[in-house]
Amino acid sequence: MLELLGNHTVQTVTLGAVLLGMVSGLLGSFAVLRQQSLLGDTLAHAALPGVCIGFLIAGTRHLGWIMAGALVTAVIAALFVQVVTRYSRIKMDAGLGAALSVSFAVGVVLLTYIQGHASASQGGLDSFLFGQAAATRPSDLWFMGGVTLAAMALVALMWKQLKLVTFDPLFAGSIGLRVGVLETLLTAMIALAVVVGLQMVGVVLMTAMVIAPPVAARQWVSRLEHMVFLAMFMGVVSGVVGVLLSAGVPNLATGPVVVLVASALVTLSLLLAPGRGVLWSWLKLWREQRSIGQRQMLVTLHKLAEHHEDPYYPVERSMLDSFYGVATGHILRRLQARGFVVPASHMRQEGPHWALTDAGHNEARQELERMDWNQAGV
Amino acid sequence: MMQAFLGDPMAMILLTGALVATSGALLGTFLVLQRQSMLSDAISHSIVFGIVVVWLLTHAQSGPLQIAGAALTGVLTVFLTEMVARTRRVKRDAAIGLVFPALFAAGVLLLNLYARDIHIDSHTVLLGEIGFVWLDTMPLAGFEVPQAVVWMSVATLVNLGFVLACYKELKLASFDWQLAAALGLAPTLMFYLLLGLTSVTAVAAFDAVGAVLFIAFVIVPPATAYLLTDRLSLMLLLAVLVGVASTLCGYPLAVRLDVSIGGTMASMTGVFLLLAFLLSPRYGVLGHWRNRRVKYSG
Repeated sequence: MLELLGNHTVQTVTLGAVLLGMVSGLLGSFAVLRQQSLLGDTLAHAALPGVCIGFLIAGTRHLGWIMAGALVTAVIAALFVQVVTRYSRIKMDAGLGAALSVSFAVGVVLLTYIQGHASASQGGLDSFLFGQAAATRPSDLWFMGGVTLAAMALVALMWKQLKLVTFDPLFAGSIGLRVGVLETLLTAMIALAVVVGLQMVGVVLMTAMVIAPPVAARQWVSRLEHMVFLAMFMGVVSGVVGVLLSAGVPNLATGPVVVLVASALVTLSLLLAPGRGVLWSWLKLWREQRSIGQRQMLVTLHKLAEHHEDPYYPVERSMLDSFYGVATGHILRRLQARGFVVPASHMRQEGPHWALTDAGHNEARQELERMDWNQAGV
Repeated sequence: MMQAFLGDPMAMILLTGALVATSGALLGTFLVLQRQSMLSDAISHSIVFGIVVVWLLTHAQSGPLQIAGAALTGVLTVFLTEMVARTRRVKRDAAIGLVFPALFAAGVLLLNLYARDIHIDSHTVLLGEIGFVWLDTMPLAGFEVPQAVVWMSVATLVNLGFVLACYKELKLASFDWQLAAALGLAPTLMFYLLLGLTSVTAVAAFDAVGAVLFIAFVIVPPATAYLLTDRLSLMLLLAVLVGVASTLCGYPLAVRLDVSIGGTMASMTGVFLLLAFLLSPRYGVLGHWRNRRVKYSG
């Protein structure tokens, strides 16, 4: 692992992954919170025609032109979605899907046009589709670094406004913020992040880089500032771990590994994050179900004993089984372990019987009280 | 005469295009109405995973096994998305965007590791080329028929049969999910069948136009038709017509410019959408503007 870091290509790619993780985590947070996660997907696909146009203008694989072209077509696609969904009955999903597929189609047309006509080699243009991290050049890093810095500066300067537009656009509008302008600005910045990431992880996987780190971060924290930093951190971790893993194993493409690491982070966060983790709520539900069974059983035995005016009235288990419609043996054994019931003597031809202990009666009375309180709605 | 038709590249390309457009529009109409269009995007990417896994297990590159595998992957994608969304920790759109790139990435990695010599690379899956469909033929009833035409015809017939047989169920599931569920019309089953068929059709179509361009035929013509009518039956018909018209307009344009035929066909759907958006008498920008003027002047 460590000698890998000495490799110049690996250094370049790792640094690129760090920058990509930072910028996509930062801007992705806003996209995810504004429920525009799939905007990244549309932008990534819509960048393709721009890549081709940039290439056609520059006549070579000039990163500046290509990025500019990608940015322009991505923003046009995003504006198209905004306009179509606002001024017609077409919904967000169809708008995003139409913009995505049509602009990608135009991109494919341009790509074949370049392959057929342009005299210069189009070498490396495909890498924008599928990503080719190893092709990252040191000069690309300066560009990515610049974009990352610009995005961070912009978010820092407009922090309050962006926060408000993200969480309460109506209120933001009512106090005189230019919501439309801010939304377009955010969209353009997300487009910028997507464009930066394209040649590292490719069109499809860039979608995941915008969504996965913020979603993972959201599980652990509830404040926007914490979420943004954690999302950047998660992005960097997925990027670096992905790059190192793929550098260590031959034939492993970087982009997919980065995305799988990010997906693993999301899965872990969804399951384990304190408070929000799905695993904890399953555990809680399971415990709750178990204790409800025990509490019901205590009350049933208590009422039966009251009814028969015998505090140690032995109840046959098979009767409890048929009353509840499930096997109750495990519930009774757990209650026995807690000292609330004891096995009672019974005639040989009958099945096992159980009776409440004094502690069990106490517990059942408390349970009944709690139920009364709950019913009274106090 | 028949063989001359089946051997004619232009006829076969147009026929394949029309079949892709028809089968896509039939399913896409319901996806657009149910606001699930982006699932077709998700499916068409994640089937890469299914294709690779089926290839690794059986070494089948096309045919019924591949189609079954793809259908399963599509349903898996939808199922996983629903599962993630149901935790209610993640919004639905983010759930879509989490699941399909992960499956796609897994597919590409498997391809990288175990199947470097395989002919289906992610290029073909995503891009495809309709211009070569007439080269790849198979014998059928004494004729040499292009494989894409055979598989797309089957897919189109199945989709048509599904829509005709379950029209009532699909209609109600699209407009009133709760009522459909209450009446026992199994909207969830319809939903999974719809997306299963979408995956099947995507696999059949990926040789011809590529998975991404297939999305254009699924989403854009129905969206166009949605701007033109309020009747479901008419919307289906218009969507099919718009799709077929796009392939017919796209082909000569692509030949003239010497560019990707599938790409041009899919781009043409965008032109139709734009026209409908601007000019539709009731729901277009023009209609909107005219209605407003009528309202203010009257």
